[in-house]
Amino acid sequence: MNHLQSLEADSIYILREAYSRLGRLGLLWSIGKDSTVLLWLAKKAFFGHCPFPFIHVDTGYKIPEMIAYRDKVASDLGLEMIVWQNKVALSAGMGPDKGRLICCKALKTDALNAMTKHYGFEGLIVGVRRDEEGSRSKERVFSERNEDDEWDYTNQPPELWGQFKTDFPKGHHIRVHPLLQWNEIDIWRYILDQDIPIIDLYLAKNGRRYRSLGCAPCTGIIESQASSVAEIIDELSHTNIAERAGRAQDQEDSYAMQKLRKDGYM
Amino acid sequence: MTTLLTPPSVRRKIRLVFTGHVDHGKSTVIGRLLYDTGSLPEGAVAKIKKVSAETGQPFELAFLLDAFEEEQKQGITIDTTRLQFKTEHLDYVIIDAPGHKEFLKNMISGAADAEAAFLVVDAQRGVEEQSRRHALVLKLLGLTQIGLIINKMDLVDFEPKVFQSVSSELTAFLESLGLSPKFSIPVSALNGDNIVNPSSKTPWYHGPTLVKALDDFTYAPEHGTGLRLPLQDVYKFDDRRLLAGRIESGVIHVGDEILISPGHKKTKVTALAAWLDRDKKDSASSGESVGVMVSDEFFNRRGEVISLLTDAPTVSSRFTASIFWMGKNPLKVKKRYKLRLATSESEAQIARVLRLIDSETLAERSIKLDKPANGSSLDGYNDVQRDGHNKDPRATAHDGAYDASLDAPQDAPHDAPHDAPLGASFGKVSEIGFNQTAEVEIVLQHPLAIDLFSSHRATGRFVLIDGFDVAGGGIVTQIEERLPIKFGFVGDGLIARCEVFEEYFYDLNGMTVSKIGTHDPMYCVGDAVPLVGYSYHYPENFDIVVFRDQVAITIRQGKVAGLTHLSEHSYEGFPVVNGRGFGVLIASQEDFNLVRHDYERLSGDNEARLAERWLDFNTFRRIPIGSGDLRQTT
Ligand SMILES: Nc1nc2c(ncn2[C@@H]2O[C@H](COP(=O)(O)OP(=O)(O)OP(=O)(O)O)[C@@H](O)[C@H]2O)c(=O)[nH]1
Ligand SMILES: [Mg+2]
Repeated sequence: MNHLQSLEADSIYILREAYSRLGRLGLLWSIGKDSTVLLWLAKKAFFGHCPFPFIHVDTGYKIPEMIAYRDKVASDLGLEMIVWQNKVALSAGMGPDKGRLICCKALKTDALNAMTKHYGFEGLIVGVRRDEEGSRSKERVFSERNEDDEWDYTNQPPELWGQFKTDFPKGHHIRVHPLLQWNEIDIWRYILDQDIPIIDLYLAKNGRRYRSLGCAPCTGIIESQASSVAEIIDELSHTNIAERAGRAQDQEDSYAMQKLRKDGYM
Repeated sequence: MTTLLTPPSVRRKIRLVFTGHVDHGKSTVIGRLLYDTGSLPEGAVAKIKKVSAETGQPFELAFLLDAFEEEQKQGITIDTTRLQFKTEHLDYVIIDAPGHKEFLKNMISGAADAEAAFLVVDAQRGVEEQSRRHALVLKLLGLTQIGLIINKMDLVDFEPKVFQSVSSELTAFLESLGLSPKFSIPVSALNGDNIVNPSSKTPWYHGPTLVKALDDFTYAPEHGTGLRLPLQDVYKFDDRRLLAGRIESGVIHVGDEILISPGHKKTKVTALAAWLDRDKKDSASSGESVGVMVSDEFFNRRGEVISLLTDAPTVSSRFTASIFWMGKNPLKVKKRYKLRLATSESEAQIARVLRLIDSETLAERSIKLDKPANGSSLDGYNDVQRDGHNKDPRATAHDGAYDASLDAPQDAPHDAPHDAPLGASFGKVSEIGFNQTAEVEIVLQHPLAIDLFSSHRATGRFVLIDGFDVAGGGIVTQIEERLPIKFGFVGDGLIARCEVFEEYFYDLNGMTVSKIGTHDPMYCVGDAVPLVGYSYHYPENFDIVVFRDQVAITIRQGKVAGLTHLSEHSYEGFPVVNGRGFGVLIASQEDFNLVRHDYERLSGDNEARLAERWLDFNTFRRIPIGSGDLRQTT
């Protein structure tokens, strides 16, 4: 078994554990490359079926092509979709001008937490990876959030031998991280290997492309000539610029992501 | 999408953990390795420089790993992390583990699935408590590839004598555990000596630099080649019934005859399912997540293990294990815990502690009991078998058997008659504390499919759950075999002895009824049984009730359909025979309950009366006349 095959097999194992061990389960689908790989892995894990809903926490500031792409894939694949927005905050005028971290908290964290409560999710499958940033590098595969959606990151339970956290008080939920061990380049190699359709915002047009997709005002575009997945892989093997360098919220404060994620951010 | 560029060969990665006492420099060594090999993303160093500037702390390479604010403020690793790294020759997953004893659970989370380990020791401070404890944990986890890093050589002026003395002290300790380090490297992570670049300050050292030494590690050899596929789930999303799981060892082929334990069901693999055509195949091997289709529609469930017919796991509810305890509350003898082994689960109790390793001083003051792990309790077990009155094969009736009484005080010293006297100064060991390791005997409420850790890793290790948390882990060192019966039925976690398919005859010379040998020594669920013999004839569908083992066997369409405990068995209107094949006069569930009730009170005095009341010798059996060998008379 090579590296990609073993990443795939282990991610499938994690998805199946989540499905077997947790109550109501949903998959956070952000349209980006990671959650698209997750969708693919779920199809493999459950033999073409997706026995849980796909959730998109829509901030209202997403790059418009993302929404169009989301709706097309959802209808092509017949996905059960939940789209959730923090309508109260949006109608009160919440936006990045109020402060990036404040905006992220309201439109992403608070929306996600309200959605989790509303549907009573016990497990949320999220496509985060260790190599994205510091607080994610320390994550568990099954990561508990308390009744206030908080992450007690300085006191995480042991996780060994594929035995995950599946016992917890009612009202808590588990963030399941099947891609935790994948690196950015693994994702692209897998997309190439499996020929997975992805949104074309990642492919360079006129010398520019998105490396990471998020909200339009806060996601930077990089200079790139990579107009195919193969070229992206080639580009990534020769760069040492971090993936999330273009994400504004990460740059605000040295521990910005840790603080956001402690409160329930994905 | 273009596929002109084939992806570069993506090698499997060796998982390598850095362990050792707190502050001895594990994270700094990794940080230096990443820095000096140019493996860091741009801006990573700038980011930690910014943190140092903001907080007024000195610049620390360890911050590349210690990402939490709390870790950086306190200069300590709290939780483990892992990252990918490559040398010219091999690819690695490097795992940073914390050294503080408070975070041993996190160290174990990092080290549990590592294939190789470094023990990092501060040259000036020498071997300390967690250096030894981590060594012990690595041993327990089954790691055999270990390298030593003697760090902070700058603090001892790169003195070869210091290196030698620290290195040999740790080597001696490892050897006492049966481990031998592959190499020992003097380094200074602070300045990068012997990490990537050979140091001019250690002219006396002729071994490899750290980065060169990495290539001395190899993939851990696969443990156990026999097929082990623990079931995670059974899917029925469409008209297919799929047994889903990850192959932990061995290979499975379409057409293989397989055994599903502990249910002990035999069946055949008809297909390996896949969503995509490109994933369809006729065999799959260790590490792959699969969906298996089989030829028989048994009731299957999570926790069962698929193996080949030969080389199956042992079905047992009693075993000896080496365990480590990470719980805040001590592990108590006789208290109930949830035990998880691969995907299976059972309630479990520690029947007794055989050997306890003191948490502060480790192996030096381990408590050795006089009694070996396989002491007289096993003999006692056999005694129960020999007199043929073992009541319930699920629970053994001797010392340390699963304690079903809920109101027994959980911390009371247990009163096992076979217990060896313990050293007077220690008293009875009734608990295992935080971070302690011990050798214990474990009893399960339900038998599970278990292997020795030394033969199959995934089904030879388990975790213990206290409340909501995984609080302990262990490896199986010895398994008590199930009933060594020679004929009868086995399945669904139960075993029943019986002589239903044996030939009885009347021996004219001896004027006695005798029997000749069996057709088949053991029937599993799914096996066809010989309905018609010379001296018997059973219908296609009937039930066998074996009072002595408290088990009912259902035969449907001439095959063993299942085994149930008598208390859970329900009468379905089919004829019933006893363990010898004589009809039992049951025509309703009420009759069945009455028979059970009567036979629970079976004694020498009422045996004939009960037989008279309930048994019928003529329907399914006859006693032909023979003279020593039945075949001669036919
Ligand atoms: N002088 C000197 N100091 C070092 C060296 N390596 C590490 N240190 C210092 O030792 C301290 C502890 O280093 P860490 O890398 O955090 O130690 P650790 O083993 O990872 O500690 P924990 O993860 O908390 O167990 C830091 O202040 C480092 O700067 C070295 O080679 N020489
Ligand atoms: Mg550290």
